[in-house]
Parts: sequence; C-alpha cells; structure tokens
Amino acid sequence: MKTEVTFAGVTLKNPVTTASGTFGSGMEYSEFVDLSLLGAVTTKGVANQPWEGNPTPRIAETYGGMLNAIGLQNPGVDVFLERDLPFLKQYDTKVIVNVCGKTTEEYCETVQKLADAPVDLLEINISCPNVREGGIAFGQNPAKVEEITRAIKRVAGQPVIMKLSPNVTDITETARAAEAGGADGLSLINTLTGMKIDIYRRSFALANRTGGLSGPAIKPVAVRMVYQVARAVKIPIIGMGGIQTAEDALEFLMAGATAVAVGTANFHNPRATLSVIEGIRAFLEEQNMNDIHEIIGCVNR
Amino acid sequence: MEKQYTSAIVVDKRDLGGGIMELWLMAPDIAAQAVPGQFVALYCTDGSRLLPRPISICDVDGERQKLRFVFRMVGEGTKELAAKRVFESVSVLGPLGNGYPKEVGAYPLLVGGGIGIPPMLFLARELWQQGKKVSIVLGFRDANTFLVEEMAEYAAVYLATDDGSLGTKGTVLDAIKENGLQFDWIGACGPMPMLRGIKRLAQSKNTPAYLSLEERMACGIGACLGCVCKTAKADGHTHVHNTRICTEGPVFDAQEVEIG
Repeated sequence: MKTEVTFAGVTLKNPVTTASGTFGSGMEYSEFVDLSLLGAVTTKGVANQPWEGNPTPRIAETYGGMLNAIGLQNPGVDVFLERDLPFLKQYDTKVIVNVCGKTTEEYCETVQKLADAPVDLLEINISCPNVREGGIAFGQNPAKVEEITRAIKRVAGQPVIMKLSPNVTDITETARAAEAGGADGLSLINTLTGMKIDIYRRSFALANRTGGLSGPAIKPVAVRMVYQVARAVKIPIIGMGGIQTAEDALEFLMAGATAVAVGTANFHNPRATLSVIEGIRAFLEEQNMNDIHEIIGCVNR
Repeated sequence: MEKQYTSAIVVDKRDLGGGIMELWLMAPDIAAQAVPGQFVALYCTDGSRLLPRPISICDVDGERQKLRFVFRMVGEGTKELAAKRVFESVSVLGPLGNGYPKEVGAYPLLVGGGIGIPPMLFLARELWQQGKKVSIVLGFRDANTFLVEEMAEYAAVYLATDDGSLGTKGTVLDAIKENGLQFDWIGACGPMPMLRGIKRLAQSKNTPAYLSLEERMACGIGACLGCVCKTAKADGHTHVHNTRICTEGPVFDAQEVEIG
C-alpha cells in the first residue's frame, strides 16, 4: 500500500507531520515516538535570535480545546542549527523548519541561515495571533502576504510553505496572495484568536488576555478552510486544526490536503501521531485502496 | 531514567474530606524510579478535557509498585479523576521533572502549604531514612488536615492554620518563627506567596532552599514551553531568561528563579 506523498517536490513516506509549536524540535517526544515513522517533523518556530515569549499563564484549557499564548519563545536559529537540527537528522524523516519573525528582514535573515542546512522544507509563520509584531500582522493582509512571500522566496534554499491564519474573512484571498508571491505550498490553519475569563479571579485566564484556540473544537472550521483553499490554488496544502484521530486526518486529506499535521492531540496522547498514521493505513486497507492519492481531494472531483 | 506513558489501575482511594482525595495507582514502571518532588500527568477520559493534570507524587509503597496521590478537587478534571473507581484505569505519564536534590543538610526543614503538602511525605521519609533530623511545617486553612500523623513518624511536625484552629494562627512563616525552628536546608511546596516568603527567609539566613513551582502545563515534557518561570540567568536549554517548570523543575534552587 502506498502512503507516500510528494509535497513541493519533497517525498514524505506518509502524509503525517507535527503542527509547529506542539512538538518542540522532536527531542522531547522522541521518548514516545520513533520519529523515523513520521512523514516529517515540523519544528517549533525559530527566529533570527532568541525570543523570551509572553508572561505566564500561557495555557488555558477550553471545552474540547485549549488556548495558548506562548508568544513564540525560541532559542534562536543559531542554537537550532547547532543543537536541534543535528538531533533530528539522526532520524529517517523529513524536516520542516517553522520560521517566525517581527519584520521581513528578520524572517529573511533566519531563512538565509537555514539555506545551506540539511532542512527539507520551510514553513513561514505569518499567522501567530500571540505576538504584537510580525506573525498575524503579515498574515491578515493579502498584499503583505504576497510581498513577504516574494521576499522570502528570493533568499530561501528550500521550498517555502506559508502558514495561513484563519482569522480573516476570506482565507482564499491570503492563499492566492501567497501563491502569487511564489509560495511552494500552504499550511492551514493556525489557531483562532480566543479568550477565556477566570470568573473567580474576575480576570483573563491568560496573561496575554487573548490566545490561539486549537484542538478538536476548531476542526470543522479547519476542514472547511482547507476545502476552500484547495479549490482556489494549485500549490499543495498541509491541513491541520484539531486532528486527533485518523478519521480526522482523512477528512482533511479528502478536503484536498496533501499532508496533515497533528498538534494539540500530542498533549492529550504523546503517541497521537503514530495512531493517526496507523489508522490511515487501516482505513485504506479496509476500503480496498492501494494508494493514498485515491482519497486526496476526492470530495472535489 | 525513562518517562513512561502507560495505563495504570486504580487500586485504592479514599475521600479525605474538605474536597481532598487520596488515590493509589498501580504503576510499577513509574513507582520504581520516582523520587520525592517529581510529578505525573494524569489524563482525563472525557474528550472535552484534553490537557493532562499535573499531580505531585505523594508517596510510593514499600515494594515500589504503587503511586499515591493526594489532591484537591478543584475543577471538572480533578473531579473526574476522583470519581474513578477501584479497578478502573487511568492514563498516566511519568515520572516527570526533577525532584529535590539528594544532598541536603543535617537539619532539613520541609514546608508544605495546602495542596503543596502531599509531596512532603515522600521527602520526609527519604530524609528520615538517611538519618536526618527533619522538621516539617504544614499550613492548612482549618482543622481539616491530612497526612499529619504519617509525617509525624518521620519528623517533628508543626502546624499553622488560617483560622487558628490548630497550631499557630497564621502562615507557615509565623509557625517557623513562633517555634524558633533551627534548620540548615529548606524544601518547600505550596502557594506562591508562601514560596516568596520562604525564599526571603532563606536569603536572610543564608540557607539553601529548594522550591517546587506550579504553572499551567500542556505537554508536561518540555516541548510546548507553556509552563515557564523567569530565571536570574539565561537558561541552558531555552537560551532566554526563563526555564521549563515541567522539565528543569518543578523543584528549583530558590536563588535561580525570579518569583517576585
């Protein structure tokens, strides 16, 4: 049975990767998951220099989901290249590095530093709702999405995936803008901006007041957006947003995603990625299909 | 040492009153390696509650087969765990974090406040077995206490209650002062105002102090960076001035963490 997919010219042994920020750089989860079994590992966002992130509390549980406002804390690209990437390269998996920044120059500096590194794909985070500069400030404006995509493509050594925000009226506009800017692929969706009030403290549950909502609660929104974007662009999509089971992943694939990412589910079950991979295989077998391509985008045919 | 993600069977439980529950889980792989100050992540079954509950290890049994937890039912998640019946299973990940250091003084003082009290039992027994002269100060809201008699087997126990119904009326700091306690090392777990007070006390007496910190967690294993604490120096892993409570902690040298 063939579960292999090609994403922007890179072959993944199966369509399952991790959602940025939920899996570190793989090291912590490698105690529970043989990383070589994953289609790819997508790292936590790295910037041109270390970022402190937001004050705590950074996490709040909500019904069927969670809010986070980590604020893209990261050790910087130099530490990533020296420590985290060599660790990941011990495994037979593809590496997708998520890149964050506050300005176009910062994104480009990080992307340049990664250009000669053994990295397979870049995922550019222009959709983080928890940082004041960069992040979503780029991701909500189609003209800016196109501009930053073009700037990054000029210096990138790997295919570029733009990670889109769902916090827009029409996600196909930013998707088309990224494609026009030369993006090789798209990731969607990032988290939905949300809020929780602690009624006993009569204040915000998160120090940042707002946070990004993730988990099963957002899945129907994510599936709908993947479906819309798949019909609007020609470049491939990594679908994500509340994937917890193989059934969830299959919905995204059928909606038109070439690959899928497991995020918040890792917190509920450290081996969630593996159960998704095994479940996809079992489904194909049960449905007498030999190739995962039989289901990718099938609802659009 | 290896963290285990496993299904554990509830082997015993007891309602200690006042919203406090005692739960014993059969988890030999975790119990065999657990040290005082470590915690586990307990997962809810109800899909509306995704995040594991970090619960400190109160004790292990003599054969190191079972883990003992004493926790307060504060929300729906801890209520769900408390409603588990004997022979039901719970998904558990652990042991997590680092415990209290192995080297302590000859006269350790253990301080527990509220739901920070349970891990002091495991620590007290280990120190008693090493031949230390252990003192323990416990802070409760009122006379609804737990674990006091057991701790008294290993240490001189002093109490403080908010309402004055037992021991010193006031805080654990008031009780330390009132009883004129002498010590050369402090291990503490409890609410943040208590930990701040302990840090100041330790600084004034130039005594080493180790504090167990708490924060909202998601992964429990150092990947998500949800549970961090400000640090005096740049942290070796994160390369910024904060450190992961679940991984580098939850027990920290009081001088290394900025808790205000």
